Amino acid sequence: MKSALTVAAKDLRVAGRTRDTLLATAFFAGLVLLVLGLALGGDTAGRTPTQTAGLAAGAVWTALALAAAVGAGRAFAQEQEAGALEQLLLYPGPHGALYLGKLLGVLGPLAVVAAFTLPTGLLLFGAAGAGQGVPWGALFLVTGLGILGLGAGTTFYSAITVNLRAREALLPALAFPILVPVVIATVKATGLLLADGWSDEVTTWLVFLAGFDVGTVILATLLFGFAVEG
Amino acid sequence: MKQDRVTTGLGLATLLSLGVAIALGLSAPLDVNQGSLVRLFFVHVPSAWLSYLAYGGTGLFGLLYLLTRQRRWDRLALASAEIGVLFTVSTIVGGMLWAKPTWGAYWVWDARLTTTALSLVIYGGYLLIRSLIDDPDRRARVAAVVGLVGTLYVPINYMAVEWWRGVHQTQTLKLLGGIRFDAAPIYGWVLLVATLAFTLLYAYLLRVRGILAAREEAREERELMEDLKSMEALRG
Repeated sequence: MKSALTVAAKDLRVAGRTRDTLLATAFFAGLVLLVLGLALGGDTAGRTPTQTAGLAAGAVWTALALAAAVGAGRAFAQEQEAGALEQLLLYPGPHGALYLGKLLGVLGPLAVVAAFTLPTGLLLFGAAGAGQGVPWGALFLVTGLGILGLGAGTTFYSAITVNLRAREALLPALAFPILVPVVIATVKATGLLLADGWSDEVTTWLVFLAGFDVGTVILATLLFGFAVEG
Repeated sequence: MKQDRVTTGLGLATLLSLGVAIALGLSAPLDVNQGSLVRLFFVHVPSAWLSYLAYGGTGLFGLLYLLTRQRRWDRLALASAEIGVLFTVSTIVGGMLWAKPTWGAYWVWDARLTTTALSLVIYGGYLLIRSLIDDPDRRARVAAVVGLVGTLYVPINYMAVEWWRGVHQTQTLKLLGGIRFDAAPIYGWVLLVATLAFTLLYAYLLRVRGILAAREEAREERELMEDLKSMEALRG
């Protein structure tokens, strides 16, 4: 656990000092929102509130899922480029702790990106700021669970793809089919929260999402040693 | 080379059972609503069954490889994934051909359809990543991890998509499923025979592909050794 925190602290310090990954990821997420806005049409007047909520939730989570793939891809790629990946794997301590540390290091910047993407997306797609109340507290809970799931999956696969040709193209191709439940659960929960506020259905989705997160983190921690050894 | 009786016997059994399934399927009475279209089910359902069997196989053989580190499990996992992808494509194409005249659309976002499409992507990725790693041991290890995770997430995907669809769409599908099974018990028997035949087919294909993979590996190693020898001869 201590080595996990050490790795995470190192990654967060690097992210805080250089800010290149953070800025690139945030910029990327903003662009995805913009492209989606253009592609889906900016005419919010013709939609019912439920449709607007669904659209905004979909746009925000599309942007975050893609941003997670970009951000997590950097987590191991930066070690690889610095020639530090092998040393990192040689340090004493279980490999699972390295995964957890990397995951925490990915989640930090991703949380910052999400904190900016969520309100911006909701504003741009007309789900916030149009007079109706927005349940921010509940939305932050959904966002936390959502980025944990996205980060857990993409970090795990980025360790696998880091040594391969075409790693940037492969990471989303491998990770997204696994992350479909996260996308579905977060979009549903966010859409429902925006349209009708907290309900039993939201609770069900959040429990499912939390279960998925815990399961994925445990599975990835156990399998991480196999994925990177040798 | 030693005569491989098991493969031949398995092949003959597969051929025989497929023949029986075809004969039964063609002699089964036509469905009142669907006409001859109902026959598509005798291929569609067993090939879906086979593809899920193959995906389970990929995960299982991957796990066995990680535990034992014997390369034959990796070869079987590869064989299983290839068979799975092949039969998933056949399942989806067959299902689409049936769906267009019956549901009026080639594709609906039903849980089963979506999960099948997603598993195609998962195992496509599995085969893709195999083709990108040259070192056989590393390939086997990484592929085993990817295959194992993929197999574990197929049911989770199904669950998520099933909830995502809500009640509205599934109702129609349940109705259709009901028609199929209430119609005539003979269909159930044909399906059972066809499923059995496809299970044998899986075992046969798995064995043949596994043998092929083993020979490919042996050839690669032989070529490598010959290269090494010729290089040593050149160096003198």
